[in-house]
Amino acid sequence: MSVCSAGLWRNNPGLVQLLGLCPLLAVTSTLINGLALGLATLLTLLVSNTLVSVSRGWLRPEVRIAVYVLIIACAVSAIELAMNAWFHGLYTALGIFVPLIVTNCTILARAETFASRQPVGWAMVDALAMGTGFTGVLIVLGGLRELLGQGTWLAGAALMFGPHADAWTFSAGDAYPGFLLAALPPGAFFALGLLLAAKNWIDRPVAAQAAPALTADS
Amino acid sequence: MADYALILLGTVLVNNLVLTQFLGLCPFMGVSRKLETAVGMGLATTFVLTLASLASFLMHTFVLVPLELEYLRTVAFIVIIAALVQFTEMFVRKISPMLHNVLGIFLPLITTNCAVLGVALLNVQRAHGFTESVLHGFGAALGFTLVLVAFAAIRERLLLADVPGPFKGNPIALLTAGLMSLAFMGFSGLVQG
Repeated sequence: MSVCSAGLWRNNPGLVQLLGLCPLLAVTSTLINGLALGLATLLTLLVSNTLVSVSRGWLRPEVRIAVYVLIIACAVSAIELAMNAWFHGLYTALGIFVPLIVTNCTILARAETFASRQPVGWAMVDALAMGTGFTGVLIVLGGLRELLGQGTWLAGAALMFGPHADAWTFSAGDAYPGFLLAALPPGAFFALGLLLAAKNWIDRPVAAQAAPALTADS
Repeated sequence: MADYALILLGTVLVNNLVLTQFLGLCPFMGVSRKLETAVGMGLATTFVLTLASLASFLMHTFVLVPLELEYLRTVAFIVIIAALVQFTEMFVRKISPMLHNVLGIFLPLITTNCAVLGVALLNVQRAHGFTESVLHGFGAALGFTLVLVAFAAIRERLLLADVPGPFKGNPIALLTAGLMSLAFMGFSGLVQG
């Protein structure tokens, strides 16, 4: 339970640990791009955490980091090839950020700090929680920037869910002028900064309530 | 010659690695709290990034393409980068213990700096030649160092600023980065492409 809540909120890789910032900011110009990269990262995390946890018994500690990196790189290459074959439109839209999942620090950090010390089951739960937390941030950020920047929602869903998904796209209409700043790189920094501040603000009452209780006990 | 100067100028200012391409953000946020560490990280990254774009170009042109193994590109590049970082560390430790003290702790971090792998992949994607690849790597690293050092200097000042509660720490740093990015947008149009 605490493993789940850590990945989803308390220790969210995107918002708290600030790991994997590059894809977080780069691909979130639309919601679908964010969702696609989030799922690819989730899958990589699942594969790498599982393999790392399985191999933790007989892997020599001196070479472990190199082996982790190789495991991750192989998983990413496989996912890259699969995406190129089945979701070619998405693959071209995400560009180099699919292979760059290899250097997403979240994955290596989870392998080193969690999966290498826990049984396979827990490692998989952790991968799912962390991956979902990361995907969630990508979706929120992508949705926000898409809505503000282009006045659309779920544009390009057909790339992921097939042609019938085109009907899902919401558009604010041609009257919406578009807010260019949100779609440009600076908008990504601003949006994430505001999102972090919002999370701090939501967490603040909890901290304020917990503190007096502690002093009362002592 | 003018072409090469344009590539260099373009990668340093116009298509800045950090602020417009979103590569290398982890060290950008992570080691920018102090000016000295930022300078150290910038130097180490410049060295590795230039070498890595050279090595990955050679690997891609003379090994992967003739053997038709292009799909192994990601794995091959990350292995090259990891090996390069390791050799650089050993080399620097042997040659100059003083430099090793400055750069030592940053070198292992560079392996997971997506800027290094990113530039190597971009070189392949844009079909850069030998000189272009090396210049692109060097320019990208210069741009990275420039922005990292400037950002660290701003953050040292930011510590003294009176910031509203929820914005303390990382949120205000990200907003600052956004403003820097906005400023760098002003360079677009300086170089075509």
